[in-house]
Amino acid sequence: MATLLEVKNLKTVFHTQDGIVHAVNGISYKLDEGETLGIVGESGCGKSVGVMSLMRLIPPPPGKIEADRVLFEGRDLMTLSDKEMRLIRGHKIAMIFQDPMTSLNPVLTIGRQMTEAMELHLGLSPAAARQRAIGLLEMVSIPSARKRIDDYPHQFSGGMRQRVMIAMGLSCNPGILIADEPTTALDVTIQAQIIDLVKKLRDELGMSIIWISHDLGVVAGLADRVIVMYAGFIIEEAPAEELFNNPLHPYTLGLFNSLPRLDDERGRRLSSIKGQPPNLITLPKGCLFYARCKYRLEKCKDERPPETFATPGHRLACWVDVKSTKATQ
Amino acid sequence: MGRYLINRLLISIPTLIATSMVIFGLLALAPGDPLGEFALNPSITAEVRENLRISLGLDQPLPIRYVKWFYSFLTGNWGWSFTSLSPVRDLVAQRIGATLAIVGLAYLWGGLAAFPLGVISAIKRYSLTDQAITLFAFLGFSMPTYFTGLLFIIVFSVNLGWFPFVYDSTVQVMDWNTLIQQFKQSIMPITVLGLWEMATLMRFVRSATLDSINQDYVRTARSKGLQEWVVINRHVLRNTLIPVVTLIALRVPTIFAGALITEQVFRVPGIGSLLISAIQQNDTPVVMSITFIYGILVVIFNLVADVLYGFLDPRVSYSK
Amino acid sequence: MNQPPSEELVAIRDTDISDADELAMKPRTYWGDVWRHFRRHRMAVAGGIVLIVIVLATALGPFVYTVSPKKIDFAHSMEQPTATHLFGTNDMGQDMLARALWGGRISMIVAVFAMLVGISLGMAVGAASGFMGGTWVDMILMRITDLFLSMPQLPLLLLIVYLFRASITKLFGAELGVFVMVILVIGILNWMPVARLVRASFLSAREMDYVKAARALGASPWRQVFRHIFPNVMGPVIVAATLSVGTAIITESMLSFLGLGFPPDTPTWGRMLYESQNFLSLAPNMALSPGILIFLTVLSVNALGDGLRDALDPQQRNR
Repeated sequence: MATLLEVKNLKTVFHTQDGIVHAVNGISYKLDEGETLGIVGESGCGKSVGVMSLMRLIPPPPGKIEADRVLFEGRDLMTLSDKEMRLIRGHKIAMIFQDPMTSLNPVLTIGRQMTEAMELHLGLSPAAARQRAIGLLEMVSIPSARKRIDDYPHQFSGGMRQRVMIAMGLSCNPGILIADEPTTALDVTIQAQIIDLVKKLRDELGMSIIWISHDLGVVAGLADRVIVMYAGFIIEEAPAEELFNNPLHPYTLGLFNSLPRLDDERGRRLSSIKGQPPNLITLPKGCLFYARCKYRLEKCKDERPPETFATPGHRLACWVDVKSTKATQ
Repeated sequence: MGRYLINRLLISIPTLIATSMVIFGLLALAPGDPLGEFALNPSITAEVRENLRISLGLDQPLPIRYVKWFYSFLTGNWGWSFTSLSPVRDLVAQRIGATLAIVGLAYLWGGLAAFPLGVISAIKRYSLTDQAITLFAFLGFSMPTYFTGLLFIIVFSVNLGWFPFVYDSTVQVMDWNTLIQQFKQSIMPITVLGLWEMATLMRFVRSATLDSINQDYVRTARSKGLQEWVVINRHVLRNTLIPVVTLIALRVPTIFAGALITEQVFRVPGIGSLLISAIQQNDTPVVMSITFIYGILVVIFNLVADVLYGFLDPRVSYSK
Repeated sequence: MNQPPSEELVAIRDTDISDADELAMKPRTYWGDVWRHFRRHRMAVAGGIVLIVIVLATALGPFVYTVSPKKIDFAHSMEQPTATHLFGTNDMGQDMLARALWGGRISMIVAVFAMLVGISLGMAVGAASGFMGGTWVDMILMRITDLFLSMPQLPLLLLIVYLFRASITKLFGAELGVFVMVILVIGILNWMPVARLVRASFLSAREMDYVKAARALGASPWRQVFRHIFPNVMGPVIVAATLSVGTAIITESMLSFLGLGFPPDTPTWGRMLYESQNFLSLAPNMALSPGILIFLTVLSVNALGDGLRDALDPQQRNR
């Protein structure tokens, strides 16, 4: 499979009144054609900022994006002009967001919000765009699409709005669909519907997806490969099944351990990861997870672990081999 | 949507009645009998006196007097002025034109200027342009209109001699010369009132635009690759318009009150200065009627604001 | 990727991190935060300083500058500023600076008291309404608030002054009577925004989880009010109070300017402007000194209020 996207050493900082916030600290990854990449991590770990930086949607003051390169279809997105970047947004790379109520403009019909991208990127006439929009709505199972296209966002339920957003994202046949926690704001049953829909569309259209979530369960069912982020760094990456069967980073382990299981013995206390995520303004020189890590060594405080491959395809940034070491905390 | 409109209409009627009760109640509470004294005024003819006694119910108990007064007002009988011995309605009719002209033009240019300035200020937040515009707005609404008016008079009438500072109401616009004359005597009150409106509105437009710009749907619009000017025009402004238009309607009564002062400073013969002179001359029927007129304006424009809002916001006009 | 991130972007610090919490930010108190944000708002700080200067000047000035504001001296009428009369004189030869200082006292005391009347009334109504949110008490109070909001403020103000001035003056004496009337009327016509604010704060705080938790633990309602709801409410109220001082100054001077305020001899700033009207061509400084003082005071109050609003309301900081 050909590599569609290659991100190398992406960094994003924000200049704020309190100091420089290091939101993304040099992440690198690849996305192949037809692949679904899951990015997991807790709030504030940089997963959203990371993909917004990819799309260059971070406002230049106070934000600043840097990267060695971000290659998409052979071009470095970081070197494109604003105009060239705009042609890619919504067209070659599309994005859908978390809260469909606030992400859709309440005073425009959904038809208008769908056709504007198509008229711009595909050069369609308003009538043709409208036809296509109706077709897209049918594809995401919105009933009575022909009538509903002139409705306003508030006239849809939460799940339907998210379907509309998906239809909107797919309208110009993007190569990559970036989904930033699209199901977090929805009920669990609706969540399942949306995920099924996305799977179906992915299989039919063959697009690549970057799916961001803090919900490991969702990612498990959807992703081919998973990246785990913490404090703006990638700390582990592996194919989905490998990661879930064989987590190697203490943080990932902590995440899995904190999930309650149906087959737990009664009365077992829920475990959590002690402490708070670090302050991103003054990054410590050692491993970012040191303060909360159960396996930490002296070395972890002084030196940041480089990325290594534990097994082929399974990247890890940790000094400790959790399999052979007992937890010291 | 229909239900919404009917709802708003139904609320305005009791509000109107309540306002009238407050005004009448104040009059009733006041010491002496302002309206009753009327009957003793020797220059009133017996016929008029009798008419008044009947229409105002001067010797009837309070609630009946209220109803009679309210009813008279609604049917166009606004009483008789003590001092000028003519129907209040005629007095108002004579002078409302000047007020409407000044208020209308002032609000027009103030509003038209405030909107783009406020939007630009919001888009270029924290830039030098924004700071300059915001500073200007601050200065504008911190300076009371009577002082601005006096300043203008000092600069433009006394020192530069460009404009007269006493309004001549006999000027009729018939040709180029009289047009210029009318312009010269109107430009100052219109500018003073307009400046103050502009300063107040500008801050609000800025704030409303910032609200819209920070919304998620703007992020979505940008992520679709739309040009920035399209994002602003199609997505941001249409949302900003809703609170701004509503506010513009709601502020109309305030600007009429502001015109009151401006008329006084520039001696414009409008209903505002009529109110003031009526107060100074103890002409109660005029005072009552004009106060009630302002009250009616508030109710009407609150209703207008509600209606406009209903039309502009699809969440209201297309409610299930 | 085996190279560490570049130096410029990553501040490397020598921290001993044995405890996770140490990595969290320095502890900040709410009011410390407020002060820090306020300090950054240059215009607000400038406004605060100017306001303090004006208040001090009017409070202490007459002790320093002992020229009488009321002494009539037709020989020196309508003079430009000189060494003996720093702001010049008016048509009756009275010293403008002295009048400005005295008038300032009156204007500001009136403004502060009017603000107090308005804020107290507003807080009482808003608290009652918010505390009993949803009951008929709340509904009635809100209807009353709406009613007052639908009144034409200025005309009503004028009407009340017109109708009751004579009798109040008889009751309380000329100056005190007008003082009482003005502060009451301004206060009574301006309490509504505060009531709404307070009610909204109460309602939202009541629904906050920490208040619900307190209630579930059996905390008495009054305790809830003071410990949890009150601090939330104080912020917007302080802002509203500051800004309403500015409005009160403008309203009082407007009344005086229309000849409906304090009796002729009392030198409030508005009254001085009123008196200057006939002499604009001869002695413009009669209008300039009170006018500029009103302007400066209101401007600094507005700047101060704006800065407070930015500092106190975290959401607004995005502006």
